[in-house]
Amino acid sequence: MKLAYWMYCGPAHIGTLRVASSFKGVHSLMHAPLGDDYFNVMRSMLERERDFTPVTASIVDRHVLARGSQEKVVENITRKDKEERPDLIVLTPTCTSSILVEDLGNFVERAAMESNSDVLLADVNHYRVNELQAADRTLEQIVRFYLEKTKKNVSGEEWQNLITKTEKPSANIIGIFTLGFHNFHDCSELKRLLTNLGIEVNEIIPEGGKVTNLKNLPKAWFNLIPYREVGLMTAYYLEKEFQMPYVDITPMGLAGTAACIRRIAKILEENFNLQNKKTVYEDYIQQQTKFVSQAAWFARSIDCQNLTGKKVVVFGDVTHVVCMTKILVCEMGIRVACAGTYCKHDADWFREQVWGFTDEVLITDDHTQVSEMIARIEPDCVFGTQMERHISKKWEIPCGVISAPIHIQNFPLGYRPFLGYEGTNQIADLVYNSFTLGMEDHLLKLFGGHDTKLNINTNEKENSLNWTVEAQQELSRIPGFVRNKVKRNVQKYAEQNHLTEITVEVMYAAKESIG
Amino acid sequence: MSTLTETVKFECETGNYHTFCPISCVAWLYQKIEDSFFLVIGTKTCGYFLQNSLGVMLFAEPRYAMAELEEADISAQFNDYKELKRLCLQIQQDRNPSVIVWIGTCTTELLKLDLEGMAPSLEAEIGIPIVVARANGLDYAFTQGEDTVLASMANRCPEKNLQNTSQIQEQLKKTEVENKTFFDEKMTSTLLNKSGAPTPLVKFKNLKKSGDPTPLPGSLSPSDVKENQKIESQSLTNNKILKKEHPPLVLFGSLPSIVANQLTMELRHQNITVSGWLPSNRYGDLPELGEGVFVCGVNPFLSRTAMTLMRRRKCKLIGAPFPIGPDGTRAWIEKICNALNVVPQGLDEREAKNWQGLEDYLKIIRGKSVFFMGDNILEISLARFLMRCGMTVLEIGIPYMDKRFQAAELALLEETCQQMSHSNPPRIVERPDNHSQINRIRALLPDLVITGMAHANPLQARGIKTKWSTEFTFAPIHGFVNARAILELVTRPLRGTSVSPVY
Repeated sequence: MKLAYWMYCGPAHIGTLRVASSFKGVHSLMHAPLGDDYFNVMRSMLERERDFTPVTASIVDRHVLARGSQEKVVENITRKDKEERPDLIVLTPTCTSSILVEDLGNFVERAAMESNSDVLLADVNHYRVNELQAADRTLEQIVRFYLEKTKKNVSGEEWQNLITKTEKPSANIIGIFTLGFHNFHDCSELKRLLTNLGIEVNEIIPEGGKVTNLKNLPKAWFNLIPYREVGLMTAYYLEKEFQMPYVDITPMGLAGTAACIRRIAKILEENFNLQNKKTVYEDYIQQQTKFVSQAAWFARSIDCQNLTGKKVVVFGDVTHVVCMTKILVCEMGIRVACAGTYCKHDADWFREQVWGFTDEVLITDDHTQVSEMIARIEPDCVFGTQMERHISKKWEIPCGVISAPIHIQNFPLGYRPFLGYEGTNQIADLVYNSFTLGMEDHLLKLFGGHDTKLNINTNEKENSLNWTVEAQQELSRIPGFVRNKVKRNVQKYAEQNHLTEITVEVMYAAKESIG
Repeated sequence: MSTLTETVKFECETGNYHTFCPISCVAWLYQKIEDSFFLVIGTKTCGYFLQNSLGVMLFAEPRYAMAELEEADISAQFNDYKELKRLCLQIQQDRNPSVIVWIGTCTTELLKLDLEGMAPSLEAEIGIPIVVARANGLDYAFTQGEDTVLASMANRCPEKNLQNTSQIQEQLKKTEVENKTFFDEKMTSTLLNKSGAPTPLVKFKNLKKSGDPTPLPGSLSPSDVKENQKIESQSLTNNKILKKEHPPLVLFGSLPSIVANQLTMELRHQNITVSGWLPSNRYGDLPELGEGVFVCGVNPFLSRTAMTLMRRRKCKLIGAPFPIGPDGTRAWIEKICNALNVVPQGLDEREAKNWQGLEDYLKIIRGKSVFFMGDNILEISLARFLMRCGMTVLEIGIPYMDKRFQAAELALLEETCQQMSHSNPPRIVERPDNHSQINRIRALLPDLVITGMAHANPLQARGIKTKWSTEFTFAPIHGFVNARAILELVTRPLRGTSVSPVY
């Protein structure tokens, strides 16, 4: 057993649900007790989703325990098949069903015979993989299932047609999905980037894609995997089965974006014998870096000079921490005192990536360790998840959020990509704003704070009114930010009713009359 | 109670509905019981739910944690008792709580961890009371979590010996009159705990004399506040020495202390003294229970607690509607008065005045229809109140319907139906099916749907106004004073927010 207060990564089924519900026409059925469908709340609240989340629970209760779940699971699958007519139903195991050790695979087979939809059992072990690993697996599982199914069901000629490359260079973007950190904005930015490079977007999965279109994946010339956490397994599979090259350099920051573009050029030249791509793309990189992105200029401006040598801590998932570390060190001249990640399963790659860019590395999923590290280092600024934001608040250190886990404010309505050239602008703003706020705060303290106006409204009526001890205590219990308002209202009420003593009763009566 | 006629129809559906897991009760209970620590023994799934549903509360170092079961625990490679002991010792060292509450989950049920068996021996070993509550999603929904905790806690309340206490009371009264000033602090507090005779203000005055700084609002140190709260809660329950003897009354249900005080005061207006609350603000102050003690619930989801109080603690349950809305509060007070042989006074006026104060809100909702999807078991009481406000209730979805514990509430619902000549009596749908409900909502097009957060945005997007049911669980909604708070919530989607801009 582990004493845990907070976790960076969710349980496995969340990963599966995030992938499955990102596809169009896929319904997930959780095999879970009442209350485990909290995913629906998150999607509906955080993403402000307009549609009903295509996830239902096949409830495990006492009756199910006594009888076994088969009947109910099969019944629920066939029912969903009739109600929603999805292309695919994904039966999603949870921690509870892992313990029940029922033959869910068998239920799926039975249900598949009775329904028009395809039915899959998500192949994830709750106790071995976390949310991100599960998402990666589920995406690969669904892709593999549809490609194998297509190959089996079509003639050899049709199959050849399907795996024939598109006429113009094209790419699949793999790993954009629901509840991801700024994923949708990143996706728009990636589409723009590829279009600028003269590359067509073949399929984007899973977000908004249809499983029936997965058979078109091999048509693309290569795959682009923007995030390290989800999509690589699919890329490996497509490389092995269809010899599709992939780009796994995250186009984040000026150097990162340039490296990503250069890798694309290399793939196009070496695998597809396209000439001159490198030179053309090199021009594009220069053009964008100098004129579209403001980040390169910002790095030379006097603003950024002030940041030189400042000390920061970076913590989050591997993709964002690695990229942010490199951006801060190489593009802004900021010292990264510690770079850390909660993705323990990918620790080796992480260490290798940040080696030489940071004083120390922290691999942990225990937020108290992160808190202690921040307290020890006392950085000028922290870049992390929502947890680091709260830790920093405690230590009064400014903080910018760069990675999941996140709150609703990290699902902005405005356009805020982290990737591509517009992303570099957004990151520069984020970094600079975090620091200036810290500086401003420091100066304010140094010079005695803002001018404070005397509060005029106090001490006028109080003298004529006598608050009993009980009433004073009741008042002290009211949260600070509304206390004065309540006090004024009660006094107003007392005056109107010609009361001189304020008791708890008077307070309640005032509340009842004023609201 | 009265038998139900054909007015109200009961149905039961598939139980495929959305609600919160009952472990969510730790969110409000750890705040209510100030010296407690809640240990949820479960998996990452439970932890993830709690951290996301509790939101910002989590960053304030809550007195709750997960005992996260790992693969080795599932396959019984670890000794559960040793593991729990290790964690509890750590909690004792870090937080030193007065009680640790173990929340059993689905996983502990499936693994058949004998929490109830382990708790007493571990309790003896480490010296902190351990209360076990099985608040799992296999058996319960959302607010029922509190019910399981309070039912366990009812067994920890001290036994009331009626004869003994009345003797102490007599004695105390005498002593108090004779030498007020000689109460030392220790004596006062121990005596205060046993009975309720002396007015604690005596103690307060003593403090003043002995040169302690007089606590003023705004300048209270945390320890002062705590001390004062203790004094005050006792002064509220005991302040006026009984004008007329009535058997002891204990109320059950967790309410914010302000709301609890408001209800206590309503009863004091009727010369009824509340001798204690289950739960109390501190574990050490749990009320005395026993034969001859009257108990009354304040929330409709507390049926197990009621059962425990009746069967195990031999208390007398006052079956009453719940103090939600002016009508409910009035009926609740009346039932308590009747049970304690007290003639209620001025209730007509009180209720009428309360209704008057709601008129601005009533104008907005009169004649509008409402559909409860079912989430937190407050549905019957809320529907009854809204019906009295002049709304048409189309459907009352509810996770679980205890017809015995809610008998008085159902009777009042029925009465309200008849009096308001509700043309279509509402269907009460137990264990609803959300998919079918959404079909019905699409057909009926209610003016307001009270629903969980999973459906709120999608319904709004389809032009149906919604209110999150969860808010009713956390807002102060009890008593006359808070009737406005309910209508504030109900009318919010129906007021100015219905923006339809011209583009």
